[in-house]
Amino acid sequence: MFTWLHPYAKTERAYALCQSLFPYFLSAAILGLVIGLVWGLAFAPPDYQQGDSFRIIYIHVPSAILAMGTYVAMATAGFVGLVWQWKTAYMSMIAIAPVGALMTFISLFTGAAWGKPMWGTWWIWDARLTSQLILLFLYFGVMALYAAFSDKQQAGKAAAIIALVGVINIPIIHYSVEWWNTLHQGSTITKIGRPSIVPEMKWPLLVSIAGFIGLIGTLVLLQLKNVILMREAHRPWVKKLLLTTPTKGGK
Amino acid sequence: MSPLMSIFKRDWQLAMRQKSEFIQPLVFFMLVITLFPIGVGPGLEILQKIGPGVIWVAAILSALLGMEKLFRDDFNDGFLEQIQLSGVPLALAMSIKVFCHWLLFILPLILVSPLLALFLNLTPAMYWALLATLLLGTPILSFVGAIAVALTVGLQRGGILLSLILIPVFIPLLIFATSVVDSAIFGLNYWPQLAIIGAMLCGAIAITPFAMSYAIRVSHH
Repeated sequence: MFTWLHPYAKTERAYALCQSLFPYFLSAAILGLVIGLVWGLAFAPPDYQQGDSFRIIYIHVPSAILAMGTYVAMATAGFVGLVWQWKTAYMSMIAIAPVGALMTFISLFTGAAWGKPMWGTWWIWDARLTSQLILLFLYFGVMALYAAFSDKQQAGKAAAIIALVGVINIPIIHYSVEWWNTLHQGSTITKIGRPSIVPEMKWPLLVSIAGFIGLIGTLVLLQLKNVILMREAHRPWVKKLLLTTPTKGGK
Repeated sequence: MSPLMSIFKRDWQLAMRQKSEFIQPLVFFMLVITLFPIGVGPGLEILQKIGPGVIWVAAILSALLGMEKLFRDDFNDGFLEQIQLSGVPLALAMSIKVFCHWLLFILPLILVSPLLALFLNLTPAMYWALLATLLLGTPILSFVGAIAVALTVGLQRGGILLSLILIPVFIPLLIFATSVVDSAIFGLNYWPQLAIIGAMLCGAIAITPFAMSYAIRVSHH
């Protein structure tokens, strides 16, 4: 069933795939972010209660939603690596980790900046903030374990196991923390029936989420290309590639 | 004697020969708890309020401290490789080791907890609830922690890394455990939270041995 996937276990093919997917993600990122953010930050109507300060939602919500999804993607890559023993799966896993940590950090930072005018404090031990913070620590754990091994194949396996332990834990953390303390408002987009966000505010948000997905894809592909090149530096195809494409100033 | 029984007996005898090693986490546990009244002030009300959380945090930290050596010697002298060759299921053998470790390193912490409950001004109702959470919850620390120990056993300096990986994973347990004691303060029913901790324990005992044995195979690689 998955035989069409097998060639990508070879690093050379995976690199070529990254190369060919890259422009699509890059254009999705640029289009989505420019349209979504300009629309949201400049043209969407101000909130009746929060005024203009609600506009940070167009950065906060996409990064917060995608931070957890990125963790699941990372754990899935790790799982694929453990099951089929693919080197490239571990490489993708470790390429996703810093991007996910970045998203988590953005959501925490924008959340703090939003909390100051609205709740009157930078940080409160609210359920979602706490589970997001724990998520950041889970990312750090995976990256730290990977970095601790000098044999990178072994490092990939170890980090994959810890990523899977984390992914089993994510729902437990989410619900336990929710039970523990909640001040954060509920989700406004996915409420069934009548969403509590007006369409003029919702559409730029959805576009901006699409833009963030593009951004994550772009960053992951860049990172994955670097990981592949560094790990395979001794291979003839890498040497050939690097010798035939002279650096053209950032291109 | 069955092979699993002999593994247990061997671990027990080895630990008994180095008594100082399992006294260290115990003293550490008591020292951490002593720091809190000194740090936050000796007010009886504050101590009662933070007491259960402090005892649990101290238990997690001392469990992490004691856990580092869980598989180290057996990994280095080839004992775990011998088990893999012997036909005894590795997952079972490692579970026995974890259980033995819990008996020797964690149970003493629970045994001195009445004393600490006095230090922190806990009421009897709070103490019984705390004891129940410790008895059900600390084996989860050992079983889940053993996965990370098995992964880091081949590394030269695994200590801090182990805490870095494990502390986020232990947070839900801490939440449920302290919530049990909070309910006990007001005389509320705390069986639901206790049941969730029990469910976590059952899940951990069922799943983690396989993850541990896989992790050891990765480390042997």
